[in-house]
Amino acid sequence: MSGVTLSNIRKTYGELAAVDDVSIEIRDGELLALLGPSGCGKTTTLRMIAGFVAPTAGTIRFGERDVTSIPVHKRNVGMVFQGYALFPHLTVAKNVEFGLRVRSWDKERKARRVAEMLRWVQLDALAERSPRALSGGQQQRVALARAMAIEPDVLLLDEPFSALDAKLRTQMRKEIRDLQQDAGITSVFVTHDQAEAMAIADRIGVMSHGKLEQLGSAEDLYKRPVSRFVAGFIGKCNFVEGRVVGAQRFESAEGLALQFGGEHAAGAAALCFRPEHAVLEAGAPASGNSLPVTVKSVTYLGPSTDFEVLSDSGQTLLVSAASGTGHAPSSVAPGQKLRLNWRPEDSFVVA
Amino acid sequence: MKIGRYAFAALVALIFVFLLGPLIVIIWASFFADKILSFPPSGYTTSWFGAAWAISDFANGFLMSVKVGACATVVSLLLGVPAALAVERYSFPGRETIRQVLLSPMYVPAIVAGAAVYIYFVEFEIFTGFQLAATFGGLVIAHSLIALPWTMRLVCASLVTANTVSEEAARSLGANAVQTFFLVTLPIIRPGIIAAAMFSFIASFSDLEKSLFLVGPGKTTLPIAIVNYLEWSLDPTISAVATVQILIIGTALIVSDRFVKLGKAF
Ligand SMILES: Nc1ncnc2c1ncn2[C@@H]1O[C@H](COP(=O)(O)OP(=O)(O)O)[C@@H](O)[C@H]1O
Ligand SMILES: [Mg+2]
Repeated sequence: MSGVTLSNIRKTYGELAAVDDVSIEIRDGELLALLGPSGCGKTTTLRMIAGFVAPTAGTIRFGERDVTSIPVHKRNVGMVFQGYALFPHLTVAKNVEFGLRVRSWDKERKARRVAEMLRWVQLDALAERSPRALSGGQQQRVALARAMAIEPDVLLLDEPFSALDAKLRTQMRKEIRDLQQDAGITSVFVTHDQAEAMAIADRIGVMSHGKLEQLGSAEDLYKRPVSRFVAGFIGKCNFVEGRVVGAQRFESAEGLALQFGGEHAAGAAALCFRPEHAVLEAGAPASGNSLPVTVKSVTYLGPSTDFEVLSDSGQTLLVSAASGTGHAPSSVAPGQKLRLNWRPEDSFVVA
Repeated sequence: MKIGRYAFAALVALIFVFLLGPLIVIIWASFFADKILSFPPSGYTTSWFGAAWAISDFANGFLMSVKVGACATVVSLLLGVPAALAVERYSFPGRETIRQVLLSPMYVPAIVAGAAVYIYFVEFEIFTGFQLAATFGGLVIAHSLIALPWTMRLVCASLVTANTVSEEAARSLGANAVQTFFLVTLPIIRPGIIAAAMFSFIASFSDLEKSLFLVGPGKTTLPIAIVNYLEWSLDPTISAVATVQILIIGTALIVSDRFVKLGKAF
């Protein structure tokens, strides 16, 4: 088992750079998510790691081994495909055995490994079934057992949960996470669902237009996004347009003075804050950030109440007040004029 | 609404009668006792089948058609399966042209294609001194052309349904190109190949127009033997021969339908 290193990999299709100069060091045993909107190059990156797509430039290493020019079938990767891609003409056990068969393992060793893998994913009872006779979750476990049977250097999963219904998805992602931890295998999975990535990945690489925007833990990305794209893609975010005018000082487009934590070069930018960090109050606090707003809508969601408010410049901002914290007067109604207050340390600036 | 449904059902029934009527009449007539076809028949007999087999043109024609059909089927599979694989799984310059060329015999009227093949064979003989027209080899070549588009169609269709992702899964598990083909692709498209073989055989077995130009003395196919016989006589012998032909083709169709839903392939 080993880590995986992508160094400046690129893939161009004609004029289009599907993947543009991406470098990632995936740690040994880590579960890394590649997250981004459709078309941002996640699958292409994954397929380059697998060996289905040859990079236009850059190198890929498994541990110390440079695999850039090694064909798929010699690369020793375990792959779980989007629709699982189980062999329809083979039983569950024969599916799991496939990689061992082409590796010419002897009969007894094969049988032992297949039994072990099926026990691992708790499908020993269904060994002789046809994959068609299995539920989506079971098919996914077969796909995982098949991929892991060959003792791969790295496990790759392309949108592994997208074919499952919402309830099963939550269950399967926990299951896959537990199995991945149990095996301690270096893994990369691709998803466009930020909640999914945050729920199970050790680290997340956010991609946009072929570029790696940011790589970090879910907390890093949520608290310290480096770009407007990441801030908006990971969770909900309010943006106040304006410019940085000094150390931690910001001036909104309407000329309001605001403050933020961290550092940012002077110039045009946006000050951001999360809906749950803002409160609606009757007046402005003695210190801190504050905007006059008009309430547009109130949505009671149980654990929280969401408000849409309108700033004087006509921008819609979101506020989310956790129930029981008293962060918003319970009498708030549309049309009311209030102050939107939040702390400078909960604010960050992106270009 | 209801009237529309009845009208539709009636139309379907009419089409069935129109299509199947002649077949049923032929099969029925092959059991008529009278030498001159007359209705109603004075009685029934199975002796026409024996009589047909006793006519050497029919017996030899039948054997010839089976042999040519089998050879053409094998040739069309040997060429058509790799061609379909290349066209569906790889991209290369001229791919669409090759696909269309291999399918084209299906679109050219058989009599025109037959004449063209005949002229080609004659030219070929003039240049090389090697005779193809009126030989068994020539017939097999021509019938392979008849069969090839069917193989292409059906194998391509099954390759499209069996998406490439199974093949990719095999590759990721360590299978090389050859192992992937034999362990994954081939088993998945096997039904399509069986159907292709059946259709190739039927297309060859029932061909009249192409063969007209290419048969020689003593090398006549069954459909041509039937036409020759019809020039001189019309008795239930011919119905008996046709009945055998219908049975063989019907069997092949039923076999292929078990493997691929024919409606999906076209
Ligand atoms: N084989 C290909 N030929 C041409 N363009 C491709 C090919 N594969 C992917 N692309 C393009 O590269 C970009 C990234 O695709 P992909 O990696 O599949 O994105 P994602 O998985 O993030 O949705 C897309 O714009 C896509 O259209
Ligand atoms: Mg994708």
